[in-house]
Amino acid sequence: MAQKEYDVPVLEDHLPTPHLQRDALAHVRSHPAKPELQKALGFPGELVEDWEAKAVAKLGELLQKHRSLRVYLDACVKCGACADKCQFFLGSGDPKNMPVARQDLLRQVYRKYFTAAGKIAPDLVGAKPLTREMLDEWYVYYHQCSQCRRCSLFCPYGIDTAEISMAAREVLDHIGMGQKYTNEVILKCHQLGNNLGLNPAALRNTVEGLEEDIMDDTGVPVRLPVDEVGADVLLVTPSADFFAEPQVDGLIGYAKVFHQAGLSWTLSSYASEAGNFGMFIGSYDHMQKLAVRIRKAALDLGVKRIIVGECGHAWRVAYSLLNTTSGPWDFLDPKYPHPQHICEYTWDLIQKGGLNLDATANDDKVVTFHDSCNPARAAGMGGYPGGQFDIPRNIIKTVCNKFVDMHPDTIREKTFCCGGGGGLLTEELMPVRIAGMKPRMQALKQVMDEKGVTHMAAICAICKSQFTGVMPRYGMDPYMIVSLHQLVNNAIQLGTKE
Amino acid sequence: MSFLSVAYALLFYGAAAVLIGGLGFKIWSYFALPVPMKVFTAPAPRTRSGAALRVAREVVFFESLFHSNKWIWIFGALFHASLAAVLLAHLRYFTEPVWGWVVLIQPIGTYAGFGLIAGLGGLWARRFVEERSRYISGLSDHLMLALLAGIGLAGLGMKYVAHTDIVAVKAFALGLVYLDWQPLPTDPFLLLHLTLVAMLMIVLPFSKLLHIPGVFFSPAHSQVDDAREHRQIAAWNAALDATRER
Ligand code: SF4
Ligand code: SF4
Repeated sequence: MAQKEYDVPVLEDHLPTPHLQRDALAHVRSHPAKPELQKALGFPGELVEDWEAKAVAKLGELLQKHRSLRVYLDACVKCGACADKCQFFLGSGDPKNMPVARQDLLRQVYRKYFTAAGKIAPDLVGAKPLTREMLDEWYVYYHQCSQCRRCSLFCPYGIDTAEISMAAREVLDHIGMGQKYTNEVILKCHQLGNNLGLNPAALRNTVEGLEEDIMDDTGVPVRLPVDEVGADVLLVTPSADFFAEPQVDGLIGYAKVFHQAGLSWTLSSYASEAGNFGMFIGSYDHMQKLAVRIRKAALDLGVKRIIVGECGHAWRVAYSLLNTTSGPWDFLDPKYPHPQHICEYTWDLIQKGGLNLDATANDDKVVTFHDSCNPARAAGMGGYPGGQFDIPRNIIKTVCNKFVDMHPDTIREKTFCCGGGGGLLTEELMPVRIAGMKPRMQALKQVMDEKGVTHMAAICAICKSQFTGVMPRYGMDPYMIVSLHQLVNNAIQLGTKE
Repeated sequence: MSFLSVAYALLFYGAAAVLIGGLGFKIWSYFALPVPMKVFTAPAPRTRSGAALRVAREVVFFESLFHSNKWIWIFGALFHASLAAVLLAHLRYFTEPVWGWVVLIQPIGTYAGFGLIAGLGGLWARRFVEERSRYISGLSDHLMLALLAGIGLAGLGMKYVAHTDIVAVKAFALGLVYLDWQPLPTDPFLLLHLTLVAMLMIVLPFSKLLHIPGVFFSPAHSQVDDAREHRQIAAWNAALDATRER
């Protein structure tokens, strides 16, 4: 049989709201986690016997632990304001990818088991028992949500489908229906400290290779130290930065910035990953264990400051959840009492005149910026609301002469997900990823056509991988995608300041 | 005192008990539930007063809805503003002497009755004509609109179709408040209006009308973005600190 061709959406000059295409993505199901993997994470290996009771009990537990979940399940009025806000719906037309419909898969079960109305008049309020078919729908559609929170932004009550999809995944894991991709990553990170499964020796090798590359390119000995006890700063970055294109050019960018600033810094082989996939599966336990690795590395190395590399959900965890899971961080320098984003660091340095940058180095580019969902809608930067939008743009405008923004409805807090976040960055979900990327591609195409944009910068390892992986299917050049610090990397004049 | 008057008096005591008890319980339970982490929807205000203002803007202006869907906003705002005006105008049935400002807004209350119906009509029409809304609408969504529209239409019916002795209605209402029961007129529009109002009071704590307390408790809007400075934690996850390696 011929390999299944994916339907690649055609880009028009605007983004139409699709007509409903029932079950358009119902067949796209991510691979289940194997029993050994499930067990290694403390979950049942396969679907447990009494899954209905277990699932309901777990849901009940989560309802007692999170006000958000309870309020969100109660408050929806089915107004439909969120319905056309999800990129996976916009790209596919599958009605179950409308945020409210996605939420309803869990809400129907909540109503049935936890509300008086659902017990008395289930048909009236759409309460449904948890059947095997329902479990399958949960598995499919809660793994088609990138937890980007765009729907929350547009909901009159802020109802956050990410919270609901995390809860659903937590329930699924606890009855033996975990997802292979995310759980594999979590296990690797527990075992080796990073999502790619790089052991310390391989990590050291890799960064030594990078040091040589920089030496060859520039003739300047820029270091990427690993496990240096007594360094002032710990850099925690997504492990894709060590390998993947264009992420690695961003890492080289950070290293050059630190070099020019004369910063004493180090990577940690124990906490060689900023990303925290524990969040994706709604597991506080796993999220906390992964977060505590960073704390332990910081204490063991005796650093005074932590800087986090370009990674979207890592920044959500670092900004919004690190204090909770692994705080208090009172051992850090009181001047920098909490982990900082690499963009905060670089922008601060630029403002102090600490970097010698030549923007003409990027004159071959017209750059736009893709706001990643997690920095945009689940974190902050710079100590004021909206700093997460200004600071990356400020840096880009400093290192590039030609910068344009995409359509205002597709940037800043209204940004679209790249289509690969939240545990979707796996091959078998390709049709979902293609669909989810459509709104962003449409906005990008518009500025390419109208403003001559040649490159799109991002500050998220997942965004970068998703874009470079899927853009060819839209007939676009994957090399358009650049790390923000890759632009800094190009512009920085080594040897002139240090 | 007729059987009917007694039945309605009891119905309203019962409905009020369900409403206050049910809603009170819900509010208390929202209040008591833990908030184990920061899950605000960014960009979020950095101060408590800023977050309170954000919630207030959602409550008063439906700010997020305005940015997401102008039609829903127009009909929703029309309905809710009209409802507020109508409810305030109804205070004249429960106050003696009637407060000055309640007297002043009576004409607004009349127009608002029509606004309420128009708003509901628009919201209801969406559920039929717009494909996505049709898909997500359940039976209860239609019934809720029918209930509200029924209340509004019966109310207008009393004013424009078959007049009701509102002096007697007021005596009945005050009688309920002061535990001095008075006879209730038996006009069909009035009885329909009151029956539906009592039903609304009873279903409110069990229905999607929980968006009324929900809007104040949504962490997305009400949380302050001080995640870095303040360690947001609840008892259950604070207890897990003890299990940490460092
Ligand atoms: S916008 Fe909010 S209230 Fe409206 S349907 Fe979506 S989740 Fe429900
Ligand atoms: S969180 Fe994002 S991906 Fe999930 S339903 Fe909402 S808009 Fe869609």
